[in-house]
Parts: sequence; structure tokens; C-alpha cells
Amino acid sequence: MTDRHTIVLDARAMDRTLRRMADEIVELNDGTDDLIIVGIQRRGVQLAARIVSSIKEREKADVPSGALDITLYRDDLQTVGPRPVVGPTDLPWAIDGKHVVIVDDVLYTGRTVRAALDELADFGRPRRIGLAVLIDRGGRELPIQPDVVGKTVEVAKRDRVDVLVAELDERDAVILAGAGDT
Amino acid sequence: MTRDAQSGMLLLRGGRIIDPSQNIDEVGDVLLSGGVVEATGRLGEIRREGNELREIDCAGRVVSPGFVDVHCHLREPGREEVETIASGARAAAAGGFTAVCAMPNTDPVTDNQAAVGFVISQARRAGAARVYPIGAISIGEKGETLAEFGEMVGAGAVAVSDDGKPVVSAQLMRTALEYARTFGIPVADHCEEPTLAAGGAMNEGMVSARLGLRGIPAEAEEIMAIRDILLARLTGGHIHLCHMSTKGSVELIRWGKERGINVTAEVCPHHLSLTEEAIGAYDTNAKMNPPLRTASDVEALQEAVKDGTIDVIATDHAPHHYDEKEREFADAPNGIVGLETALSVNLTWLVHRGIISLPLLVERMACAPARLFNLPGGSLRKGALADVTVFDPDAQWTVDASRFRSKGRNTPYQGQALRGIVQLTVVGGRVIHERGA
Amino acid sequence: MIEPLGKDLLGLEPLSGDQIRLILDTAEPFKEISERAIKKVPTLRGSTIVNLFFEASTRTRVSFEFAEKRLSADTVNVASSGSSVSKGETLVDTARNLEAMRIDMVVIRHGASGAAQFLAERIESNVINAGDGTHEHPTQGLLDLLTLRDHFGKLEGLKVCICGDVLHSRVARSNIWGLKKMGAEVGVCGPRSLLPNCIDEMGVTVFSRVEDAIQWADALNVLRLQLERMHAGYIPSLREYNRVFGISSERLARAPKDLLILHPGPMNRGVEIDSDVADGPHSVILNQVTNGVAVRMAVLYLLAGGKPELADAAKGGGGR
Repeated sequence: MTDRHTIVLDARAMDRTLRRMADEIVELNDGTDDLIIVGIQRRGVQLAARIVSSIKEREKADVPSGALDITLYRDDLQTVGPRPVVGPTDLPWAIDGKHVVIVDDVLYTGRTVRAALDELADFGRPRRIGLAVLIDRGGRELPIQPDVVGKTVEVAKRDRVDVLVAELDERDAVILAGAGDT
Repeated sequence: MTRDAQSGMLLLRGGRIIDPSQNIDEVGDVLLSGGVVEATGRLGEIRREGNELREIDCAGRVVSPGFVDVHCHLREPGREEVETIASGARAAAAGGFTAVCAMPNTDPVTDNQAAVGFVISQARRAGAARVYPIGAISIGEKGETLAEFGEMVGAGAVAVSDDGKPVVSAQLMRTALEYARTFGIPVADHCEEPTLAAGGAMNEGMVSARLGLRGIPAEAEEIMAIRDILLARLTGGHIHLCHMSTKGSVELIRWGKERGINVTAEVCPHHLSLTEEAIGAYDTNAKMNPPLRTASDVEALQEAVKDGTIDVIATDHAPHHYDEKEREFADAPNGIVGLETALSVNLTWLVHRGIISLPLLVERMACAPARLFNLPGGSLRKGALADVTVFDPDAQWTVDASRFRSKGRNTPYQGQALRGIVQLTVVGGRVIHERGA
Repeated sequence: MIEPLGKDLLGLEPLSGDQIRLILDTAEPFKEISERAIKKVPTLRGSTIVNLFFEASTRTRVSFEFAEKRLSADTVNVASSGSSVSKGETLVDTARNLEAMRIDMVVIRHGASGAAQFLAERIESNVINAGDGTHEHPTQGLLDLLTLRDHFGKLEGLKVCICGDVLHSRVARSNIWGLKKMGAEVGVCGPRSLLPNCIDEMGVTVFSRVEDAIQWADALNVLRLQLERMHAGYIPSLREYNRVFGISSERLARAPKDLLILHPGPMNRGVEIDSDVADGPHSVILNQVTNGVAVRMAVLYLLAGGKPELADAAKGGGGR
């Protein structure tokens, strides 16, 4: 069983991309006012933290951030197998009237984002919700599109795209893993 | 109909004849004629003199005096949906029993001569195992007024008991023992101190603590056992202790017998084979009174059967309706059936494990019960009642309650592989049960 | 690899330490949901849950109801009194009727030990034991464990003494099994007539005097003493019980450390516990109630749903 590994982004490329994404987010918002960055568990949270610190360096502004665990809002809980572990949700800010930007590592079918939108709706009514993803691999099953994309990658259905972050995986990288003969 | 005098002859050929009453354990033939044992031994050609002769090959089987169960519940009158005298007598026959004694806790209670007569006539109509009624000690088993022992014995009762319930009043037990002496019958007591046992659903111990069920301590039985033994000493009467279940009880019976007190005791197959662990996850088919106890109790009872401290093995066959047992453990009624599994359980746990010999088993299941309750049978000597059990002590079978002749299905042995199958049960020279028939 | 929990939660005794830990860990995010403005997640939307309570109980039933509704399930409360023997439908028939109505989960509280097991064996729905006779009350045990863990950070090596009528208490049993499985040390304190006869074989330390228990323990779980016990003759009077075994501030003042005080409720103030202790700074009785909802949500979440597979579905990938 051959396992092809392709490094799509190495640590430096990933860092550059995230900085560019941070700039785009600020550009989209026309500044940092009323901006809240919310990362989706798990790795979206680490990426969101990078983006927030990049914005702080560039704009000298502290943008509030939060973490969202969408497990309880998934649409596939009945079929997914043993109950997935529920991670922490930490969103201490009032989001009414704000511009919330959801940050996630990989955008694929769009179902995770759909769950995040439902969950945010239970917290309040933002003025606008934006989506920033490090990797867009296509293959949408719902009408969801990102506002800020790090890199678009063509990936076969059976292949995987994994985003690694130093905080959890000891290094930063984006890896395309071919399944070979599964 | 059980007609003791028959023109037919029955020859049981080549079996292992075990008759402890004559100290016989040898291969041979048994000839039954006219409802009694005609001859035993190597009989060769039989002179028929024009009579019908049926010859049955018993090679590889044991031929013994018919088993006698001195403790069972046939539920008629009153609970015919659960068992009748007829269905119970047939279940007994299937289990190798040629005679059973029916306890009086029917509805209405068997506490008078008419009731005793009813049981006798129902049994006669059934034409299966013999049924000897046990009359109540007190009217309605209420524990207040003595029943008419004389009239009941005259109608056919062979003992008295308030089984199902203990005789709470020591004074009443004393009087019963004294009065029963007049008629030479045993008084059988269900030993249970009511205030200690009240509300209990199983043995008191670690299992009851874990399951959150109220327990019945061993002492509830032992306190009444020693009371009865002392009263037997005081009165000179014959006390028979029913369904003994604890190590302590065995020690007390031994104490009594050493002093020459007229105490006899019975144990049931389930107390010789199962512990409270059989209850598992609240299985009501393992719920009876007295309850299943611990491994050390089982061991002590097995040893007692071996050394004779316990005289007989009885079944305490207690059928209940499926619906009644299909409920919360504490609410389910006590009792399991036993007539059709008794022999096999005893063989599997006692004989095949080398604890007692086959002849001793026959003594405990046939000879001693008949002798202690003054019943005919229990022997294959010439002229004795032609009540015979033929069984294969080794054959294996799996218990399937749905095939029981009894109406009751409540057995803790469901699905278990046991050894020992009844081949033939003969009452008064007539075959009332045949394997495969 | 943790064994799946199976169809039902009948008690803590059959569970492993890892399984109990899973439930406690799962309860954490559910605590946060109860702090939100909208205390609801769609996780069990469309599920039907019946609260089958044969014994009156406001607090446990309401706690389960909140847990169920916060998971967006549809709930039905059925209150029935008496055992199957006394009146009405038998438990078997109740079970079959529920099955016929295609209920997803049943939460049952019943006066007979083994009733939850009885039901679980006869219906396909998930069965959660909310207290059966004197056998177990697993969600109470779990919320007690969670409350202790919140305060002490861990359960291993913790010394917890259960005070009161252990003999008749399902809460005591669940706590004993749960604490032992999590590596805590368990003590019991009460008059011998209210302790099971074989308590010495249950792997717990037995304290005859509550003063000794207070010297030893990190936390006390004080059980409710029922009036019926006095009437049944287990103890002479409630007054004497309070004088000899009551948890009072005078007694606690002599403790070598600050003892945490738990109580499953409802309290008999002035009998097993004095008011100033129940309302005092060391009491976490109200935390227990909050944790109760979270723990019950965690249990419902973990039991409901599709067939368990061996794959670790928590890893990333797929369906994003």
C-alpha cells in the first residue's frame, strides 16, 4: 500500500499565507472595529490565534477571539459511530451586530461551517459572518463559500488534506496524503 | 386408574438393580406381577402361565425402587392454571417419582378430611404417580387452631405441615408434635423466623448488598430449626425439617441426632447445586424460599447428605405462572419447579462429582422417604409394591422447560446440560412413564 | 480503547474507570451550555424520551427534563405509583407499550431494585436508571464524582466518607462503586443497624463515630435519613441520630482540614445535617445540582445515537 505524501505548504509558506489571510480579513472588514475571530475546534482555534497575533503586529489592535466546538450541531451524529468527543466552546463576547469571522483549517463539504453557523445563531445575531479557511479543497455539498482562502488545492475524493499545527502536532505544515490502495 | 392387582407381568431384564433396603447392587432382572415385586435376581426363563408378559431390556440402566418425593406443591384446588394434581402427577412420573406427598397450602387449605379425600380422588383419576396428601397443622394454616389430624389421617393424609409458612407459635408446634404421636405421623416444619425474614427476597450477604435486595439471614432458618429440635426432644414427637439450606442448620441437626432426638431433615436439589450467584442479574427463576445460599452452605449440605445428617432429598416443586415470575425481583413469588430435574441435578452434582454413590442416592430419594413417612414402597423385596424407577445415570440432556409435563416453567436450570435420564417409571406394575413416549 | 457504554446506563458497578472518566469529561462542555443565553443544542432533536417515574421525585425528574430539553429532545413525563403488584399495568406491559410507541430513550425511577434492568432487557430503547429500589442511582453517583473532581482536581487518592443510612441507599452504593473505580478511598459512617451486614467486605473503611470520619475525610457525602427508618426500628429516634451522627459546624470545626460537604438532597435540616453547614462555605450542594444537569446531558448524549464502531470518530477528516 503506497502512501504518497506531498507537502503543500511548509512551515514558512504556511506562516506567509496566514499573514496574508490576516491582512485580507482586515481589508474585508475595513479595519478592526467590531471584528471577532472565532476558530473552529480543533485546529481552526490555533490558526485563529495566529491570525489574531498577526493583526496585532500589523494594526496594533487587539481583536477579540473565541473558540467554537460544533460537535453537538453536527448533522451526522446518528451515523458517525461512537460519540465524538465534545471539545470546549469559549465565546465570552456578545456577538450581536459584530462582524464574526469563522476560521477553519480545511473547507471541504461545508457541513462543519453549516453547523458553526447554526451554533453562532444560538449565541446572537452578528451583523455579518465571514469565513476564512487555510485550505479550500473543493467538493462542496452545501452552498457555502469562503471569503478568504489561504490556498486552493485539488484533491481526489479518497485523498486527505491534513493541516498540522506546532501546538498540537509539533510542526506546521499542510500535507496532502494519497491513500494508495486503501 | 391405578389397579394394584393386574393380570399382566412386567419383566425388567438385565439392569443394575440397586436396592439399599436389601443391600443389593448387582445386575439382574426384576419381575413384577399382580402389582407387587414377584422376584429379583438372574431369573432366566419366566413361566407365564397364560399371563401377559412384557419384557423390557434394561441393560446399561439402573433399576431401583421408585423415587418418593415427600415435599411438593400441586396447587390444586385453587391454582389449577399453574398446576393440577394430574399435571403434577405426570410431571412426577416423568421425573422418575412413583409417589409424591402434596403440601396442603392449596386454596382452600387442605385442613380437613374432605379436602384430603379430594386430593386422593384426583390423584386416582390421574393414574400417574401416587399422591399422598399432607394435611395442614392448623386450620387455614393460620397458626391458631389445630386441624383434625385424626380425620385427615383417616382420609389418607400421611403427615401434617403448615408449609409455605412457619409455625410461629412454639406452643402450637409443641401441641402438634404431641398430638401427631397419636397417629404416628411426622410433623414437617418450614423453618423461617418471620420477623428476621420479613421482606427478604434472597440470602443476606454480599450479593444482596450489591443488588440492593433485602436479605434473609441464615439465622432465620437456624433459630426455628433448633427450636423444633428442642420441642421434639421435649415431646418425643417426630419433627421433619423441610428444605434445609444452611451450614448452621446441618450442625444443629447433627447435634439433635447425636442426642437421639427424633429429628429428620430434607434438602432440595437446588440447595445442593446452586448458590446465590445463580440470581445473576435479578433472575426470578432463581428465587425461592429458603433462598439459594453460599458455596460453604452447599458444601455442608452435600456432606450432610453423604453422612446421613440429612435423611432425604425432596423437590419442593413449586410451579408458578410465567406472568407472575415476569416482574420485579422483590415482587415475584418464591418457588421453582423440580420434579423433572431432581434426579439429573442430583446425579450431575452429587454422584458424577464423586460426593455420594448411586446406592446412597437411591437411599435418599426412594428408601428413606418411604421409610420415614411410613409409606409403602421404597424397596424391591418380594411382595413389595411394584413401584420401580429405571434410569440411565449417564445420558446427557439439555433442560428445556417448554417440554416439561408440569405447567410450571420456572426453573433455574433452563438450557443447562445435565446427566441422567429416566427410562421408565412403573407404579403398581403399570408403566406410567416411558422415555420417548 | 474504551469499551462502548452499551445500550443502557443501569449502574456504576458494571462500568470501568475509563468509562466513568469519559462521562465526566463529556459533562464538561455541557456545563458551558447551561451558562449560555440560549441553553439549547440541537443534538437530540427528534428524539423522544420518556421519563417513567414510579416514585415521586421532583428534583431528579426536573433535572433530567432540563437535560433532555437542552439537547432539543421531545420529552414525555409518565408518573405512576405503586408496584406492578398493587395496581394498574405491570412493568412488562408498560415496557411493551413504550416500545410500540417507538420511544428512543426511557429514564426510569422505580421502587424495586432491578426494575431498570428488567426494563432494559425487554425493550430496544436506551434505558437510564434514575434510581431503582436500593440498588443504584448512577447519575447521582456521577454528578457527585464530577463535583468532587471540580473541587479537588482529581479523584484518585481522595478520601470520601459517606454518612448515613448506607443500608437503604442507592446513592451510597453508586458512590461506593464509582469512587472505588476512580481510585478514591471510601469510608462509611453510621449506626451499624443502618450499614449492610457485609460492609466490612466491601473494601471501605467503617467509622463508628462521625468525629473519626471527620478527622479522616477530605469530603463528606451526607445521606438523607428517612423518617420510615425510625418507624421501622432501625434507630430509636431522629433526635438521637442528630446528636450522635449529625454533621454540625461544631464537629466540622474540629476537622484538620476544610471538608467539602455534599448531600444528594432533599435535606432533613437538623437531622443528618445542620442548616449552617448546608448553607455554609464548604457546602457544594448547589454545585451538585448544576452538575446534575450537565452529567445527565452527557449520559444522554453518549447513549443515544447510532451503532458504535471501532473507529475513533473524534479525529479530523471527513464531512468537513
